[in-house]
Amino acid sequence: MIGSRSLSASLPRTGALPWLAALFVALTLFMGQSAPLFEWLLPGLDNPVYDRHSFPDLVLDHVVLVAASSLISVFIGVSAGIFATRSVGQEFKPVISAVSAIGQTFPPAAVLAVVAPLAGFGFKPALVALALYGLLPIVQNTMAGLETVPSATLEAARGMGLSKREILTRVELPLAMRVITAGIRVSVIVNIGTATIASTVGARSLGTPIISGLVSQNVAYVLQGAILVALLAIVTDLFFERLERFFSVDRN
Amino acid sequence: MKPNRVIVTLLVLALAATLLLPFANLAENRLVSGTPYRFWSALTTGQLVAALALTVSLTGMAVSWYKRPVLNGNATLVCCLCLLLLVIYAAGDFATRSLEDAGPAARVSLSSAFWAQIFCLSLMMIDVLQRMTRSIFMQVFFALFAFAAVMLLFFSGALDQLSIMREYANRQEAFAGALVQHMMLVISALGPALVIGVPLGLLALRRLRLRSGLFSTLNVFQTVPSIALFGLLVAPLSALGEAVPLFRDLGIRGIGSTPAIIALVLYALLPIARNTYAGFAQVPTAAIEAAQGMGMTPQQILWRIEVPLALPVLLSGLRIVVVQSIGLAVVAALIGAGGLGTFVFNGLGQYAIDLVLLGAIPTIILAVLADCLLQLLVSLSRRKGVT
Repeated sequence: MIGSRSLSASLPRTGALPWLAALFVALTLFMGQSAPLFEWLLPGLDNPVYDRHSFPDLVLDHVVLVAASSLISVFIGVSAGIFATRSVGQEFKPVISAVSAIGQTFPPAAVLAVVAPLAGFGFKPALVALALYGLLPIVQNTMAGLETVPSATLEAARGMGLSKREILTRVELPLAMRVITAGIRVSVIVNIGTATIASTVGARSLGTPIISGLVSQNVAYVLQGAILVALLAIVTDLFFERLERFFSVDRN
Repeated sequence: MKPNRVIVTLLVLALAATLLLPFANLAENRLVSGTPYRFWSALTTGQLVAALALTVSLTGMAVSWYKRPVLNGNATLVCCLCLLLLVIYAAGDFATRSLEDAGPAARVSLSSAFWAQIFCLSLMMIDVLQRMTRSIFMQVFFALFAFAAVMLLFFSGALDQLSIMREYANRQEAFAGALVQHMMLVISALGPALVIGVPLGLLALRRLRLRSGLFSTLNVFQTVPSIALFGLLVAPLSALGEAVPLFRDLGIRGIGSTPAIIALVLYALLPIARNTYAGFAQVPTAAIEAAQGMGMTPQQILWRIEVPLALPVLLSGLRIVVVQSIGLAVVAALIGAGGLGTFVFNGLGQYAIDLVLLGAIPTIILAVLADCLLQLLVSLSRRKGVT
């Protein structure tokens, strides 16, 4: 199980999610009208609000990129994790788990920069890079989650006459769900970050105003993009925290 | 005959890539797309025969793997490493031969079949290593040995005509500078991160009520995308630098290494504080009570019982932080902090893939090397803790 966030399941219930989500939506809708605020904060800028794309569009681009890549990662990652823990795929388990551990030491920005140009510039290459990198924590946690199912439970299920398929879908996956969700959470959060840098390989995202602000030395653009993407990540993380708690075995 | 299905699968994949994809690309200059060369037309006959012989023996061993697993394992490792070196050498040799009578701007770059072969061969070696030994020492030892062999090839000059090496030759000094800068960013963030993070972890241990609030606050820093955190630090720091000239003279400005280091420290706090907490929390009370019974002072208990027992967990926190910082420092190039990310983003801006690789491959190697070494350190400290 990977862990930068594995402790969070033991954290107390936070009521911040709906408020932060509302704040995020409000800021997305009204960021375009924030010129007076940024003029006051940072006097002397030619153009206090990023206006080449509307902020709702940028948020949508960002969310679509992350959601699409994460869906691919979840589909392939969970399948690979299931394959490696079945008797057919047992032989592949060591190499799959080694690759998902080693692969995660690769810097996501480096993976994006290497993979994307191979497939050209734009949305699709960024999608491929994000989906590839996002696979690793999901594979790792799917295997870890399926392995934590006690063998006594499996024997009981077999004794009840459940087929292999039923054992997987009705016993193993539900019991592993919390750990798998933790893996998806890491994957999605990393992808939100990498999607921000994806504007350097030509995929439009909330990183676009940040990069454009850094290039043209317009701090207001940087702040506008950064605030929105930071909130997006925090809201998503809190959402997954709730989801993890929902799936935790001892919730009753 | 029961085959090693992992090696067989990887061999099939590598062969398919070799047959279907181009191995190298020869172009008049950087701007035109050039002519792709297949593996068999890029290699000399001798090289092809050697590659074929190695592949055939690999197949033979993989098919009858379980007859003599140890012998096959050792021989497969040797064959894979030889084939890996042969493929890299052949690519360099192809570049040297084809550039002899080409214009000065002509370049040979590596194509997809090359990368697929390297990838599959590395996976085969990982599979064999995982089968043969559980010992992290042996695994890291072999990885370092293989890495040294590849490095030797690099420094021998055999690859100098490949476009990525020409890119390197053009920027040798800038590269060394960026590498040092990259490592300096990581190292200068480590000190403050430890000085702040370890006490925070100890605080969480002593004050249980603070714990959840502390960890969720630190988790927020981990959640915020790196470029956003850099960006959020740019504005206040540039304001600070402008308001207080002394700070500006000290290098505290909106862009540059100051916001980068601050962000790296913030990212490092959660792993360090959490692992400090977890490390000390898992020290068995029985061990502490036994030490008290032996008449040890609290000081002695801390340094001779608690710290040694917590050390492996602390060091794995350090490992997470170092690997993570090496990756985040790439992004720091966007706010002018330098480092290897400079090549990556300059390359992306100019559509120069070789320049991107010149920045990306060394950071990947740096991260994997740091991970290997710290993993070694973790298992060393664990060993010492047991005895």
